[in-house]
Amino acid sequence: MRVDLDAIQDWIRPESRVLDLGCGDGLLLEQLARNKQVSGYGLEIDPEEIERCIARGVNVVEQNLDAGLGNFADNSFDTVVMTQALQTLRQPHLVVQEMLRVGRECIITFPNFGQWRARWHLAISGRMPVSDLLPFEWYDTPNIHFCTFRDFDLLCRERRWTILHRQVVSETRIGVALKDFSPNLFGETAIYHLTR
Amino acid sequence: MSRDPGSVGIVVPRQHTFREPLELACGRTLSEYTLVYETYGTLNAAKSNAVLICHALSGHHHAAGRHSEEDKRPGWWDNYIGPGKPIDTDRFFVVSLNNLGGCHGSTGPASINPETCRPWGPDFPMLRVRDWVNSQARLADLLGIEQWAAVIGGSLGGMQAMRWSLEYPDRLRHCVVIASAMKLSAQNIAFNETARQAITSDPDFCHGRYLDEDKLPRRGLAVARMIGHITYLSDDGLGKKFGRELRSGTFERGVEEEVEFQVQSYLRYQGDSFSGSFDPNTYILMTRALDYFDLAREYGDDPVAAFSHARCRFMLISFTSDWRFAPERSREIADALMHANVPVSYAEIESSMGHDAFLLPNSRYQRVFDAYMQRIAAECDEGVGQ
Repeated sequence: MRVDLDAIQDWIRPESRVLDLGCGDGLLLEQLARNKQVSGYGLEIDPEEIERCIARGVNVVEQNLDAGLGNFADNSFDTVVMTQALQTLRQPHLVVQEMLRVGRECIITFPNFGQWRARWHLAISGRMPVSDLLPFEWYDTPNIHFCTFRDFDLLCRERRWTILHRQVVSETRIGVALKDFSPNLFGETAIYHLTR
Repeated sequence: MSRDPGSVGIVVPRQHTFREPLELACGRTLSEYTLVYETYGTLNAAKSNAVLICHALSGHHHAAGRHSEEDKRPGWWDNYIGPGKPIDTDRFFVVSLNNLGGCHGSTGPASINPETCRPWGPDFPMLRVRDWVNSQARLADLLGIEQWAAVIGGSLGGMQAMRWSLEYPDRLRHCVVIASAMKLSAQNIAFNETARQAITSDPDFCHGRYLDEDKLPRRGLAVARMIGHITYLSDDGLGKKFGRELRSGTFERGVEEEVEFQVQSYLRYQGDSFSGSFDPNTYILMTRALDYFDLAREYGDDPVAAFSHARCRFMLISFTSDWRFAPERSREIADALMHANVPVSYAEIESSMGHDAFLLPNSRYQRVFDAYMQRIAAECDEGVGQ
C-alpha cells in the first residue's frame, strides 16, 4: 500500500460515502469498502486503470477531471479524495474548490516538489528531477502543475479553505527521520485534509 | 460442433407457448403467446449463472452460434457470446429470445390472431418495453431461473435491462447497459417517424393489412432500414468503409452511364435484404416502443427516484462516435445511478463505428466487458447472492 493511502484511511469515517478522483487501480476504494464498509465511486480516465478497477469489483466511472465535477450535486459525498492527481490537472485550484462543494470534506495528496531531492537534483544537475515517484521526462509527463507543501499552504490560506489536518509522509529513512523537523524539505508526499 | 473454438457451435431455437394471459401496458391482454428463444451453456446446480440477453431493434433470439454448418452468418452478438468470450458460455447459462411482437417465431403482428383466424397485422397490441420485461420474467419462471446473474442489452436491449432493474429488482444481480439511453431524443424520434412514414406510405402497405392482400411494402421497409442504417454508423465509419468510391459510371464528360457510389449500393443491399426478412408491422411496433420508452416517466420524471428502486450493480458502456445513443446519454444514466447511490461503473470506448460498435470487435470494449463478466462469474462460483 502506498504510504499516503495508508495515512488517509484514518480520516474517513466508516460507512461514509466517498468519491475518489483519479482513483487509479481502485486499491483505496477496495480497502475502504473492505475495512470500513465505505461506499462510493472512483473517477478515472486511463483505460487500463479502469479495467483494473472493474476487475477488482470497484465502481469506476470514466470521467475527465479537467471537465469539472458539474455532474455532482453539492454535499453529495462525505469525503472527496484525490491522491497523486492534483499535479496532472489543468486548473488544480478550481478542482479543489469543486471537491469542497461536492464533499463535506476532502483529502488531497500530492508529490512535494519542495523535497530536498527535487531541489538537489535541480540545483546540482540543472535538470528536471526524475525519480521513482515521478518517473517521467519533462516533455512526456502527465504532471503539469507541480507545487510544494508550502505553496499549497499558501493556496489554502488565500482561498480560506480550512485545514483539518496536514502532514507529509516519506518512505526514505532520512525523510521519515526529518520530515517533522522540516516538512517542506523532507516530506516526499504532502497530505491535506480540508473542509470549507 | 463448429470448427471455431470461440463459437457455441450449432444451435437449435426452442419455443414455448404461454397459456397464462399477459396484461399489457396499453390495457389490452394477450390470452396466449409464443416466445422463441435460444440458450447457450449450462445452468449450474444453484441456478445462479443465468444471463439474459435483451436484443436491440432488429435482433432476435439468435444471438450466438449458427443454425447449420451452411449458415453464412452467426448470431447477432456472436463476437461477445461463446466459450472464452466476455459472455463466456463455459461459465454462464445464456438465454436470448425473440421478443413479443417480433417476426422470428414469437407471437407478433404476422401471427394469426386466434379470435379472427387472420394475421393480427395492425391490430396487434401496442407494446412497451415493460411488456417485454414481463414476458421475459415468465420465460425465466419457465426455465427455473429465480434471479439472473446479469441482464444484458445493447441499445433497445439496454432499455429492457434497465426496466428489469426497476420492475424486478430482486431478480437480477447485475445490469449491463450498452450504447443505450433513458429515453430517446427528439432527433431519434424524428428518424423513427421518418422510417415509419417510409413504410406506411408504400402503396403495398394496405393500412397494415398487406398479408391479407398478399402484398409486402418491401420498398418502404427497405428505405426505413436505410435510414436506420445510416444513423447506426458514423460519418467517419462510412467514410473509412466507402469513401466516395464509385461502383459504376464515371465523372468523365460525355459519358451517359449513371454514376453510382459504393455507399449507395451498400445501402440498397442492406435495405433489400432486411425487407426480405423483417415484418413491416413489427418494425413499426418496435420503433414505437423505442419512442415511448421513458425510464423515469412514472417516477416524477426523476431518474434518481427511479433508480433508487434498483438493487443490482450496473455496468454502462458507450462508444465515442455513436451519435444515435451518444456517450452523453450513458453519462446521464451513470449520474442518476451515482446520485441514487447505486453501484455503477462506466466506460466510454473509443470507436469510429457509430452505434453499431456495440456488436463489433473492439479490443478495449472486449477487455472491459470481459473484466466485468469475469467478476460476475466469480460471484456465481462463490455462490454470492445480492
